[in-house]
Amino acid sequence: MVHAMVTQALGSLARALLLCAALFSGTAYAQAIEAKSIEDLVAILGAGDFTAKIDATQALATTGDPRLVPILQALLDGNLYARKSDHLVVIGKEQGGTLTATDPLAEKVIGQAPVADFERARVNNRLRTVLQTALGALQLAHPDPSRRKASADALFKTPSVEMIEPLRLAIEHEHNGTARRALVRALAATELQFSEKIDAKRAAVVTLAALADPDVRSYLNGRINSIPETANAEQQELKAAMTAAVVQIERRIASWQTFGNVLQGISLGSVLLLAAIGLAITFGVMGVINMAHGEMVMLGAYTTYVVQLAFRQYLPGGLDYALLVAVPAAFAVSGLVGVAIERGIIRWLYGRPLETLLATWGLSLMLQQAVRSFFGPTNMQVTSPSWMSGAVELTGGVVVTYNRIWIAVFALLVFGLLIFIQRRTQFGLQMRAVTQNRRMARSMGIRSGWVDALTFGLGSGIAGMAGVALSQIDNVSPNLGQGYIVDSFMVVVFGGVGNLWGTLVGAFGLGIINKFLEPYAGAVLGKILVLVAIVLFIQWRPRGLFALKGRAVEA
Amino acid sequence: MTKLLSWARAAAVAAGALAGVASAGPAFAQAAAPIKVGVLHSLSGTMAISETTLKDTMLMLVDDLNKKGGLLGRPVQAVVVDPASDWPLFAEKARELLTQHKVDVVFGNWTSVSRKSVLPVFEELNGLLFYPVQYEGEESSRNVFYTGAAPNQQAIPAVEYLMSRDGGEAKRFVLLGTDYVYPRTTNKILRAFLNSKGIADADIMENYTPFGHSDWQTIVGQVKQFASAGKKTAVVSTINGDANVPFYKELANQGVKATDIPVVAFSVGEEELAGLDTAPLVGHLAAWNYFMSINTAQNKAFISKWHAFIGNTKRVVNDPMEAHYIGFNMWVQAVKQAGTTNVDAVRQAMYGQKFMNLNGQMAVMNTNHHLSKPVLIGEIQANGQFDIVWKTPGVVVGDAWSDFIPESKPLVADWTYPWVCGNCTEPKFKN
Amino acid sequence: MRRQGSLFFQTLGDTGGTILVALLLAAAVLVPILNGLPASSPFHVSNYLVSLFGKYLCFALLALSVDLIWGFAGILSLGHGAFFALGGYAMGMHLMREIGTRGVYGNPVLPDFMVFLNWKELPWYWYGFDSFPFAALMAVLMPGALAFVFGWFAFRSRVTGVYLSIITQALTFALMLAFFRNNFGFGGNNGLTDFKDILGYSLQAPTTRVTLFAASALALALGYVLCRFLVSSRLGSVLIAVRDAESRTRFLGYRVEHYKLFAFVVSAMLAGIAGALYVPQVGIINPREFAPANSIEIVIWVAVGGRGTLWGAALGAVLVNYGKTYFTGALPEMWLYVLGALFIGVTLFLPKGVGGSAREWIGKLMARATKAKLALAPQPGVTE
Repeated sequence: MVHAMVTQALGSLARALLLCAALFSGTAYAQAIEAKSIEDLVAILGAGDFTAKIDATQALATTGDPRLVPILQALLDGNLYARKSDHLVVIGKEQGGTLTATDPLAEKVIGQAPVADFERARVNNRLRTVLQTALGALQLAHPDPSRRKASADALFKTPSVEMIEPLRLAIEHEHNGTARRALVRALAATELQFSEKIDAKRAAVVTLAALADPDVRSYLNGRINSIPETANAEQQELKAAMTAAVVQIERRIASWQTFGNVLQGISLGSVLLLAAIGLAITFGVMGVINMAHGEMVMLGAYTTYVVQLAFRQYLPGGLDYALLVAVPAAFAVSGLVGVAIERGIIRWLYGRPLETLLATWGLSLMLQQAVRSFFGPTNMQVTSPSWMSGAVELTGGVVVTYNRIWIAVFALLVFGLLIFIQRRTQFGLQMRAVTQNRRMARSMGIRSGWVDALTFGLGSGIAGMAGVALSQIDNVSPNLGQGYIVDSFMVVVFGGVGNLWGTLVGAFGLGIINKFLEPYAGAVLGKILVLVAIVLFIQWRPRGLFALKGRAVEA
Repeated sequence: MTKLLSWARAAAVAAGALAGVASAGPAFAQAAAPIKVGVLHSLSGTMAISETTLKDTMLMLVDDLNKKGGLLGRPVQAVVVDPASDWPLFAEKARELLTQHKVDVVFGNWTSVSRKSVLPVFEELNGLLFYPVQYEGEESSRNVFYTGAAPNQQAIPAVEYLMSRDGGEAKRFVLLGTDYVYPRTTNKILRAFLNSKGIADADIMENYTPFGHSDWQTIVGQVKQFASAGKKTAVVSTINGDANVPFYKELANQGVKATDIPVVAFSVGEEELAGLDTAPLVGHLAAWNYFMSINTAQNKAFISKWHAFIGNTKRVVNDPMEAHYIGFNMWVQAVKQAGTTNVDAVRQAMYGQKFMNLNGQMAVMNTNHHLSKPVLIGEIQANGQFDIVWKTPGVVVGDAWSDFIPESKPLVADWTYPWVCGNCTEPKFKN
Repeated sequence: MRRQGSLFFQTLGDTGGTILVALLLAAAVLVPILNGLPASSPFHVSNYLVSLFGKYLCFALLALSVDLIWGFAGILSLGHGAFFALGGYAMGMHLMREIGTRGVYGNPVLPDFMVFLNWKELPWYWYGFDSFPFAALMAVLMPGALAFVFGWFAFRSRVTGVYLSIITQALTFALMLAFFRNNFGFGGNNGLTDFKDILGYSLQAPTTRVTLFAASALALALGYVLCRFLVSSRLGSVLIAVRDAESRTRFLGYRVEHYKLFAFVVSAMLAGIAGALYVPQVGIINPREFAPANSIEIVIWVAVGGRGTLWGAALGAVLVNYGKTYFTGALPEMWLYVLGALFIGVTLFLPKGVGGSAREWIGKLMARATKAKLALAPQPGVTE
């Protein structure tokens, strides 16, 4: 049954593409088919110019030959090569300068040769679109539902009249919900554009209007634009229906957008939280005006780079999990540097908090330059693991990227861990004791120097862990930390110095406010407004959101 | 200890300078005295990420020249200073290079504001500056040679490509930029150009963000929304340096594909992509006068020389490096021709100076102090390189004053007789 | 205790200050003369040094203004660069208007960047800046007004300590972002540049430069005398009391916020003057001057020089900036290590800064000398 469907689909596709191609490239295309065998056309894919390749792709697709899927896919992925000496076209896999060549039609390995002997077949965006459509048509019955969805999406973007029947058939046999929705969408678009019956077109508009989907809005707008003012009454009526559908979709999208803003605000807030949380300890709890905080974050990001490098070298298969190793590694690196800083410099400066500003500023200059000398001044490449790439598309065009979801989860985990350490462990107890009353704590037998060093190390280590997360969304460069230092201080002060919960609320509050302002005021003005709001807020609450009470305040 | 020593040295220099001892003094052995080349690129601060590479490029070029026997029978010495991405410090360092080190020429600057900052110094002291970065135009100083692209050598051809069939026949444009003069100017020129091609203002969206902007969620969302009006939409990005990596990461993660909304960038080259996983960005575009992937013998030689010099085969080559390569070699030719490093003589010798660029085409220095260069459009590949999908048939003459800005249209830059002017509507000298 | 008659000597009070003022006055007179000597003369002061030290003197005045509030009123401003930059912008706007038709587009009224952004007329806030006295007044008043409004709210709300420091940082950061905006009417990122002349004298002429140098030296000397006068007066004593025990001073009946506000406004005005003198000498003013990092650096100059000494702050500004000039040239790839190590070293080993430690050493030496003198002299108290 499925086989029959595929055959039928391919048959229709052949006709469809014939039609499309005839429309677009006319005679040149017709000649291409008549004159050339499959082998000749594949040769064009390897070496021709873009127009020739597009004609060849369309001509190849009309043959309906299932062997073509890997070839077209290889061309799309940049794995199709032509040998320089004799223009032999192969599917290639490159590794370390050597190309493993596969015969494109026979699908068997021919042999290995230096990659320099081959020229990669080039693709541009126009060819890419044609390839995606052709592959979409060829893969409507692919066993992988995500591929079927991708095919349906490709057909939605460039509908063609001959695909109506194959799409109907495909919908009948589709059991996967996501793929089915995509197919229904593609069919509605195709019918709206090509169906001869006005009822079918009306029905298609109704189907499309029910979706809160920006792509559909885009498509409908395109259709509306294509109907001229002079069209007949039937057309005008259809145009009015589509316009109403667009309004309906837009209204639904707008209400989703508010929700989207909240999500984006939470995402920005979690980035701010991560950046600030280490500072909430070194500055908030210990009172060190720690200008080198940003550099601790930067060290964490560079540690991620080094860990990924090591994985690539020794354990390429595990690269996806490198980040899991990078988190403790970054904590260790930044934490140890932090302990060293505390023992070497900060401990001489207790009771002189303003002078820690001077020393840590000097330190921050040196650390930046050290990284620059050691790694070079350019950006380091940190790749995203597959589980952090891509996005979830909620309805209404709200897109939440996986990396931001993970960063939000990570931020909350780190925060929870910190609260746990502070509230529930022996070390946390000692930490609180020393910061509240050093002399009393010492009299109780707490080694205050040791606790100071570990506290500073903890704050720095957490900053390092933040660096792992920030490496996923920002540059890994010597300037990484500088970009976050001002914001971090704002968050800690806004929330109330010395209060971790204040930092949490402050970060999310500022993040969400910023994201609600940005669409109206623009990125720059939005940020200015947030800063002004902070200044005014501090007038109202001079000790931040959650002020510490008691004698410690005056100190 | 070393710190103390260097302080002692600093103090000695200070004391000497204050006492008025001219630091140059009478030159010994005039014949063997080196020709000095100033290198004014930031090695620290925000611009170090881009400019340090250019400093190394200059050191390599100078080194290479010395291996070939120097210039005019004299060795060539590079004098490197660090203006630290601090614009007023650029002016101070330029003055130091010209008056204290007495350099014969300076190669340097990246940002427009740093160039604006040193401009009065070079004009006052009649120095010579080679500026290697693509910029907004609207300037032609007697003391500067601009070896990067003017807007007509980058922006306009790129947009023409987007409107062509191969480029996707875009009908609607988003102009995204960092809020400073280069994007503002380029977008102003582009808007005028698009209007002249029949694209209405309603189909153009402009958006500006601060330097180092790192949260692109909202803006990428806005772009997608703008693109859903039923017309093919393209993004023209003049986003600067640091902000690009988070921008492209957001673009990739939100699934903006080049086949749906192509992004063409003017400030993203091989160096910027080196910090990115480019697999999800394949097909997005950039316009430059040079790409590392160019397949010519000169280019391969240059790349291997660079790798040998820097000791790392992973380092990339980018457009401003080629600009320095052309600029430096042209300067060397001009000095040979003039037989002296005297600024006025060299300037005269520069006009019409030709040098083979890494494309295998002839770069020419025009009398408006801008180069003739080819324009290339490249698509980002999964390996971090660009694949050239389009190029101008020949070289394009750099235009200092854009024809698309009414105020600058009548202005002419021509530093030869009878004009002798950077921004005039008529020649200074008339018969 | 204090006699009215010798107010001048009182205000100089300390040896360091006297030396500083004497040096500045001498420089203001001698440098123009030495600069006028032919270049071959061993006593010739080059244009390079004149412009370099002219810039340092502006920084010194800025550092002095920070020391006035940090050293004597305990207000740590991490946003003082904002006042400096505002003063600079006021002067820059005047210099922009002075260009007249010599701009690239030849517009007699609009600066180039406005022509370029398609502006048709001068925005209202640019009115009046064609007059030098108005611009000079604004260079003082604008920073003063901002400081007054900001300080009025902040000190009345009793925002103190790090909270105050961080909101001053927020202030300068917000201003930086605002000035970066091209629509704001101040030239965006490029700022104001391409100046031609001041009061009709070409800015590129050595005589103009040396005059500006002398003006900066005089401004610093006057600024120093003013600050010394303020801190030696009764107001100064109250400020020091506020610095050391704010609540106690308030309970004693002093309107603490008024004293702080006064010092803050005076300090902002001094910073504005420094900015106004700085711009014609470096030829550019742009939003980077508002960057929080710049403001932090100012505080560091003061700390290196010695907080609470006034003359030490000026010394610190010159020292750090000279170090920067020297090392960015001599050790272009290592200078950040040197500068960073210097900051750490000063904090650890010279907690009172270069100036404060010098004063201590001199004090000790003098004490030893006095002791020695006493030992030699017949001691009536002992011989009994």
